[in-house]
Amino acid sequence: MTIIESPVQVAQQRERELPPPEQREVVFDVSGLTVRYGDNPALKDVSLEVYRNFVTAFIGPSGCGKSTFIRCFNRMNDLIPSAAVEGTILYHGEDLYAPAVDAVEVRKRIGMVFQKPNPFPKSIHANVAFGPRVLGMTDDLDGRVERALQQAALWDEVKDRLDESALSLSGGQQQRLCIARCLAVEPDVLLMDEPASALDPISTTRIEDLMHELKREYTIVIVTHNMQQAARIADMTAFFSVQIEDGRRSGILVEYDATPTIFTKPADKRTEDYVTGRFG
Amino acid sequence: MSAASLSTGRRRGVWRGRIFVGLLLLSMAVGFLALGTLCVDVLQKGLAYFDSVLLTNGPSSDPDIAGARPAILATLYLGVLLILFTVPIGVGTAIYLEEYADRHRWPNRLLELNIQNLAAVPSIVYGILGLAFLVRGLGLGRVLLAGALILTLLVLPTVIIAAREAIRAVPSSIREGAYALGATQWQVVSRQVLPAAIPGIATGSILALARAIGETAPLILIGALTFISFNPTVMGPFTALPVQIYNWTKLPDEKFKALAAAAIIVLLIMVLLLNAGAIWLRNRYQKRW
Repeated sequence: MTIIESPVQVAQQRERELPPPEQREVVFDVSGLTVRYGDNPALKDVSLEVYRNFVTAFIGPSGCGKSTFIRCFNRMNDLIPSAAVEGTILYHGEDLYAPAVDAVEVRKRIGMVFQKPNPFPKSIHANVAFGPRVLGMTDDLDGRVERALQQAALWDEVKDRLDESALSLSGGQQQRLCIARCLAVEPDVLLMDEPASALDPISTTRIEDLMHELKREYTIVIVTHNMQQAARIADMTAFFSVQIEDGRRSGILVEYDATPTIFTKPADKRTEDYVTGRFG
Repeated sequence: MSAASLSTGRRRGVWRGRIFVGLLLLSMAVGFLALGTLCVDVLQKGLAYFDSVLLTNGPSSDPDIAGARPAILATLYLGVLLILFTVPIGVGTAIYLEEYADRHRWPNRLLELNIQNLAAVPSIVYGILGLAFLVRGLGLGRVLLAGALILTLLVLPTVIIAAREAIRAVPSSIREGAYALGATQWQVVSRQVLPAAIPGIATGSILALARAIGETAPLILIGALTFISFNPTVMGPFTALPVQIYNWTKLPDEKFKALAAAAIIVLLIMVLLLNAGAIWLRNRYQKRW
């Protein structure tokens, strides 16, 4: 029998030995980041650090800019003509938004999994092979596809049907295929924008287990609506909220700390209200 | 409330539903009846002349040995040239407008508006343009190539609109997924968007082609001659099947009218084959991923 636990309880039960700050390797160093769509600031003055081999979760109510934020890390906001990014994001010390930086090169190293599974309307094999193909990593393509599917814990389910349409898979399988698709190009960071919000609980558990496995090799950043999920999987958690100023809504970072701290002894009243479900 | 209260004794909206279905059937019947009547009429009149003489002989003043070989061949040539011209230009334009152009800038908006309006311009206007610009201005002469170019201009807006719709129907999540893997814009378009849009593009293009093959007015205007007894060449004078039909129906001899009906059967078969091709292409690409 499953006992439903509050995120606070979940976070308390997790024994977590995070390396002390001086041993953490900074992957992303964000400072003073503001994102505007036209004149509206969707996200205001965010500064935080994302560490290597950590799972970092962004939580907060709808419209707090957490999806906008995660899309800054692989420059997906470039695809929206009205979006403008101010401030800096250093990736291993290099400014992601420097004029000489090629967005294509950024996305090669920093993979992304989306909210809704978005397999290409092609075979399972072609889906995983797409990234390596466009990036010219075609040596031992079949081996690469197999490794990626194994890492995504999907290989055993699809190994006999690699030529079938990816659309014939279930939603949970499709999402793991999308993860495999990212892993096939051997990225450094995996960004996940609410990867389990469209999935059933069993598929969600599988994706969460997968993240535990993957963080040994990858740095994972995840946006989630689900606070239990953040409490279960994240090492660090950032809480975002909505600020209304002059009638304009914009997202702000309220608090960023180790997950148990965020859920058990948050420094900010707004964080406490949110994680304990008193958010109004 | 008890379960019995669900039986109110009357069913609201039933008649409205029936009337609606009736109207739908009626509108379908209009199309079917018109097409059916056309087919039956043409078959009755033309079947006697629908034989190898029609397909292999050239035109003649004697209806019993008159055929439409040059016209059929010219129509086939026109069709092939039309595909070669319209599909690359039309799909290229559609890709540019959908994937590259900034829709908020006025030159692109003007372009879009223009294309939509061009699709509604009567075909005779294209004929006049072709006569003035291609035949005389460029000095191309009254040749098959000029005919193909005019038909290209005529159906290009339709092909562009169909291709744009097909490209727009590709979900943006597919584009995002491809971009997120480090694909360039060209790779996203050529490897994801275009393959996914092919069924729609093929259907739209072939329907436009089928319409162009039946066009008469612009071809008459640039002088698709009627009495051509030799096989057409791309740079030579020509006639086309619809023009041949038009001319035969003008002749007083009843036998020529039957001959025209037989030629209509040939034209219908060609159009049907094209449409069948479109359906085949669509199904093939829908299954094959």
